[in-house]
Amino acid sequence: MPKSKSAYSVPTKKEKSDTYIFVVWVDNEAGVLARVVGLFSGRGYNIESLAVAEVDAVKNISRITIVTTGTPQVIDQIKLQLAKLVPVHKVAEFKREDKNVIFKEMALFKITGKKKKMEKCLNACKKFDLVILDETKTSKVIQITALRREIDKISKKLKPWGLISASRTGAVAMTRGAKIFN
Amino acid sequence: MPKLYTGAEIVFKCLEDQKVEHIFGYPGGAVLPIYDELKNHTSIKHILVRHEQGAGHAAEGYARSSGKPGVVLVTSGPGATNVVTALTDAYMDSVPLVCISGQVPTHLIGTDAFQECDTTGITRPCTKHNWLVKDINDLSEIMHEAFKVATTGRPGPVLVDIPKDIQFAKTKYKKPKKEKKLNGKSNNKFSQKQIDQLIDLLKNTKKPVIYSGGGVINSGPKASDALREFVELTGFPITSTLQGLGAYPGDDNQFLGMLGMHGTYEANNAMHDCDLLINIGARFDDRITGKIDEFSPNSKKVHIDIDPSSINKIIKVDLAIVGDVTKVIGKVNKTILKKKNGHSKSNKSNIAKWWEQIQKWRGKDSLNFVNSNDSIKPQHAVQRLYELTKDKDTYVTTEVGQHQMWAAQHYKFNKPNRWMTSGGLGTMGYGLPAAVGVQIAHPEKLVVDIAGEASVLMTMQEMSTAVQYNLPIKIFILNNQYMGMVRQWQELLHEKNYSESYSEALPDFLKMAEAYGCKGIKAENPSELDEKIQEMIDYKGPVIFDCHVDPNENCFPMIPSGKPHNQMILGPNDQEENKIKGKGKALV
Repeated sequence: MPKSKSAYSVPTKKEKSDTYIFVVWVDNEAGVLARVVGLFSGRGYNIESLAVAEVDAVKNISRITIVTTGTPQVIDQIKLQLAKLVPVHKVAEFKREDKNVIFKEMALFKITGKKKKMEKCLNACKKFDLVILDETKTSKVIQITALRREIDKISKKLKPWGLISASRTGAVAMTRGAKIFN
Repeated sequence: MPKLYTGAEIVFKCLEDQKVEHIFGYPGGAVLPIYDELKNHTSIKHILVRHEQGAGHAAEGYARSSGKPGVVLVTSGPGATNVVTALTDAYMDSVPLVCISGQVPTHLIGTDAFQECDTTGITRPCTKHNWLVKDINDLSEIMHEAFKVATTGRPGPVLVDIPKDIQFAKTKYKKPKKEKKLNGKSNNKFSQKQIDQLIDLLKNTKKPVIYSGGGVINSGPKASDALREFVELTGFPITSTLQGLGAYPGDDNQFLGMLGMHGTYEANNAMHDCDLLINIGARFDDRITGKIDEFSPNSKKVHIDIDPSSINKIIKVDLAIVGDVTKVIGKVNKTILKKKNGHSKSNKSNIAKWWEQIQKWRGKDSLNFVNSNDSIKPQHAVQRLYELTKDKDTYVTTEVGQHQMWAAQHYKFNKPNRWMTSGGLGTMGYGLPAAVGVQIAHPEKLVVDIAGEASVLMTMQEMSTAVQYNLPIKIFILNNQYMGMVRQWQELLHEKNYSESYSEALPDFLKMAEAYGCKGIKAENPSELDEKIQEMIDYKGPVIFDCHVDPNENCFPMIPSGKPHNQMILGPNDQEENKIKGKGKALV
C-alpha cells in the first residue's frame, strides 16, 4: 500500500453500486426541496433524476421521487438520513429491478421536417403511449411515457429523423397491486 | 378579545415558557426590537459577548455543562455568518442550541439589502432544522418547536430567522402544546427481545470491552449512573471516547482510559483483540476506528444509539439497539439482576484471563513521558493542575490540539458534564468562550480552560466578556509557541518541514491580562508550577495563566493514519527501547 501522509485513513475496497429509487413524502413548505437535495450533495450522494409535486393539497404533502446509485451501505444511510429531516414524513426505497414497482418517465419531443420522416417518428413512438399535442405542416410536438432507458434509446433514434428539442421529467414510481409504500 | 403581542414580545414569552434563564448574544440593526423588549423580562439574563462565534461556543459550554439548551441571539448578515462555526460545532458534537437571528424586513428579502444574507440557506447543513418566520401567526409555534427539535432525539442546534417587520407585527400568543408528536423523530423503539440478545452475548463472552461515548453524557446524569451499574454488574473493562469522558470515573480500575488516535495502549489493544464490543452512545468516528478493514476484526459488535443513522454508517454491527442510553442500559441492568436471582453464577470468572492480558498492556504505561527539571513538560502541567483541582468539583474546557489530548489523557474526570471540548469539528478557539458559558451556568464552581496559545488567540476577545460579568474563569495556556499538533504531524509525516506552524510573534499574555483587566500569571520553571497554579485557583476573578512548556514535546501514544488499533506508536521511553525510529517513520 502506498505511504499515506494524510491524517485520514485511505479508502477501503468498494462494494458494488446499484440503482435505487427513493420516494419521500414531505411537508410542502419553503425550502424543503433544498433540504432533501442539500442532503444528497452535502454527503456526496448522487442524484440521477428527481421529480416532485404536491400530491395532497389538504394535508399539504409533496411526494419526491429520486433515482440514485450507491452501495447497499450508502443506500441505507440515505434512507436513514432522509428520515431524520423534520419535514419528512416517510421514506420508501426500492431497487430499479424490483418487479413489484412501476416507474415511468415522460418526455416531450419536437419534431420538424418532411412529412415522411415525421411519420417515421410517430410510428417509432407508438408503443410508448404516444399523444400528439401540437401539429403544424412542418412540426409536431408529441408526448410519450416510458422507462428511462427506452426514452434514451428512442430519442437517439429520432435525432436523424428531425427531433430538434426534447424535454424530460424525472421518474415517478408506484407499487403494483393494492398495497402502498409504508 | 385576547391580548395582542408583538413578535419581539412573543419571542420572550416563548423563552420564558421554555424556562430559559440566560441568552448569549450581540445586538444589531435587525434584532433591535428584540433587544428593546429585553428590559421587560427580568427572569432572562443576557450575556453580551464580543463576537457572535463566542456567543455560540458560550451557549455550547452552557448546554454541555448544564444539560439545558443554550440560547443565542444575533443580528442578520455578519451576525448570522459569524455564528456558523459554533452551529456546525454543536451539530457535530450533538449539543442542543437554539439560535435566534434577526433578518431584514420581509419585503426586502432577496434584494441584497444592508446586512442581508440567506441565513436559512447558509445554516441548513449545520442545523437539525431551521425556520424563516414569514408570518407572525407562526412565530409562537415555531419557537416552541425549535426547542423541541433541539432537545429531543439526538440533540443539536436549530435556528429561527425572524425578519424585523415580524418582530414589530402583533398577534396572539400560543403556549407550547404538550406532548406534540414530531413524526417519529425521537427514537426509543427497542424491544425486550433485543435486550435479551445482548444478555446472551454478555453471558458467552471471554474478551469483552465497553466503548462509551458522548451519547451517555447527552442522555443525562442518570445514564452515567446506569452505565456505572452496568460496568459493575458485568465486571467488564470500559474505555471512552473524547466526548464520553466523565460518564465513568476516570480513576476507576475498570476504566482503560480514552481510546482512539491518542488513546491508551490498553484501550486500543482491548478494542482490537476483544470478542464482544459494546458501543454505548458513540459513533465509530474515524479518530476512533483507525483502519476500518482491520477494526476489531474478531468481535461481535453491539451498538446502542438514539440516532438510527449512526447504526452501520461506518462499522457494520451484529446487534443494534436504537434508543436512549438511560432507558436501554436501565433495562439491561434490570434484566441482568433478574436473571442473577435465578442462578448466581457470574461470568466474571470467564473474563479473568482477559483482565490478565489487559494488565500486561497496562504495564506499558503508554501515557508516560520523560519529565524534566529544567523545563515544564505539558503533560506534567496537566497532571499538576489535576492534582491541585481534583478535590474541587472542577469544570474543564479545552481548545483544540496537543493540549486538548494531554488534558484528555492526564486529567481524570469522575462526573459527567465536567468536560467540554470540541471533538467532531475540532474548533480552535472553542474553550475560552465555552468556559464563559460554563461559568454562567455554574457561578460557584471552578472553571478552567486548558488552552494552547495559538487556539486561545482565536477567541481571546471573550476575556472582555468574562471581566464584564466578573466570571472567574481560569485560562491555563500551555504555551509552546507552536501550533503543536500541526508541528507534530509535520515532524512525523512531512520530514520536519515546519511550514507556518511556528508563531514568530506572540503577545505578552501578562500584559494582555492587564489590558483586559484580569490577572496574569506566568510559570516558566517546574519548581514554581504548583505554587503558581495554587495562586490561580485561589484568585477570585478571571486569570490568564501563561505556562511556558517544552516546545518540542509530542503527544503519544498515537495510532498513525491508516493503521489498526494494535499498531500504535508509543512514547519516547518505548522508542528508545525498541529503536523503531526508522521503521516507525515508515509506519506513518
